Amino acid sequence: MIVEAQIPGDAQISGLSGTIVHDEIVPARAPWLHHVAAGQTLRIVDLEGNQAVDFLLYSAADDSERYSMQDTVAAQRNLFLRAGTVLRSNEGRAMMTIVATAVDYHDTIGGACSCESNTLRYGHHTKSQHACVENFLEANLSEGRGKRDIVPNINFFMNVPVEADGALGIVDGISAAGLTVDLRAEMDVIVVVSNCPQINNPCNAFNPTPVRMIVAA
Amino acid sequence: MTAALADPMAARDHARAMAGTVVEAMPLLPPVADDLPEGVSGEDLLWEETIAAGGYATRRLARGSRLRLVDLAGDACASVLIFNAELPTERLNVADTVKIQWNAYLGAGKLLLSDMGRVLMSILVDGAGTHDAFCGTSNAATNQAKYGEGRNSGSFPNGRDRLLLGSAKHGLQRRDVHPCVNLFKGTRIEADGTITPLIGPYDAGRTMILRAEMDVIVVIANCPHVLDPRDEWTVTPLRVSAWRGAITPPDDPVRTATPEGLRAFLNVEDYFRR
Repeated sequence: MIVEAQIPGDAQISGLSGTIVHDEIVPARAPWLHHVAAGQTLRIVDLEGNQAVDFLLYSAADDSERYSMQDTVAAQRNLFLRAGTVLRSNEGRAMMTIVATAVDYHDTIGGACSCESNTLRYGHHTKSQHACVENFLEANLSEGRGKRDIVPNINFFMNVPVEADGALGIVDGISAAGLTVDLRAEMDVIVVVSNCPQINNPCNAFNPTPVRMIVAA
Repeated sequence: MTAALADPMAARDHARAMAGTVVEAMPLLPPVADDLPEGVSGEDLLWEETIAAGGYATRRLARGSRLRLVDLAGDACASVLIFNAELPTERLNVADTVKIQWNAYLGAGKLLLSDMGRVLMSILVDGAGTHDAFCGTSNAATNQAKYGEGRNSGSFPNGRDRLLLGSAKHGLQRRDVHPCVNLFKGTRIEADGTITPLIGPYDAGRTMILRAEMDVIVVIANCPHVLDPRDEWTVTPLRVSAWRGAITPPDDPVRTATPEGLRAFLNVEDYFRR
């Protein structure tokens, strides 16, 4: 759904400078693809709280250049994505910057759920459930990309701590209704999102919900 | 010199005179090794090669093959990609590898998982204990910034460009080179997410043995870890051996160690049920 007119006093757009050029609610469990031009800011709003937003980026000029979690975390020498984090490509270039976040940190080591990985994590009874990789595939196929183009992603509003012995897992989120993250595009990018449909772990509080995508130019 | 090579036959003789030259970093054909584990026949040796500092190598290995990596001088860094040889759109997925095993660190008994819920390779022997699934490898930009140069054609090649060349030898493209794992050079993750590199140098001769759980393509680059703190581009040769081995049996302890891992093996066995 495209929001036709801004609601006066809409707190979810506060602090965004410039003109709002796109404003859309992504339904629970759905994919989303949008081109964001260099200099524009994308705000993601976690409308109902603790909704994982699985997120990939491709360079609009050459989609063989895409988000790289390894280049991103190595460059900042930290696993967590925080305010100031530069989202880097597989060529090491800046694609977007997290210019503001109302949540302390976001995940980029947990990857995306898939029908296949669900069989490992939960059992083969989950094979037919909808999953993020299905959304990534559906969205990417609309522009000629495919399975080879789906790399480990970002999970906004998702919490994956790593303990001293290396134990890690998706745990209760640290987000809440109405919290936001703002991303400034450093190049022309294609944003591909899966509004995570997972119901077998706490990433969506066991209840997938809609998110709002606002682009300001 | 040039006058002596002015005709094709002289050039041929010159080229042929190089035969038999032995250098440290080269493949041995046919493969030969005098240090195979007990019970492994020299007849089953598939691959014996030493990868140069800054070099790369790649090979297709059949299901059951064992892959041994030896950090000859204690300063190698094996950045590894793995593909399903039959359908390379299935490949190593580092996120699934750590998430599904509920642990950040690689070591003996750990599985290297694909993006299709299957185990590509398992780690049978780990004589190093310092590995890294998070940082990936260097690229032209990081090497340029750190060493002033990073091209394949220069003296300080970067890991990504090496993985690109190795993958390209199998018909793969830039979009196929996904995140890799680093063996022998490690990272430790602190509570606040800080990545502490574990670079050594370490004792010479640290050894790992992996088992191919599917028919795989492995691509191995041997370049300095991207967070190597040393100002100088520093890396030492990496020895690779492979030999034929049995497909993992039902009671294998690595196969049955965890419910998630067991299901990854069940998915592999289902894939080969044909």
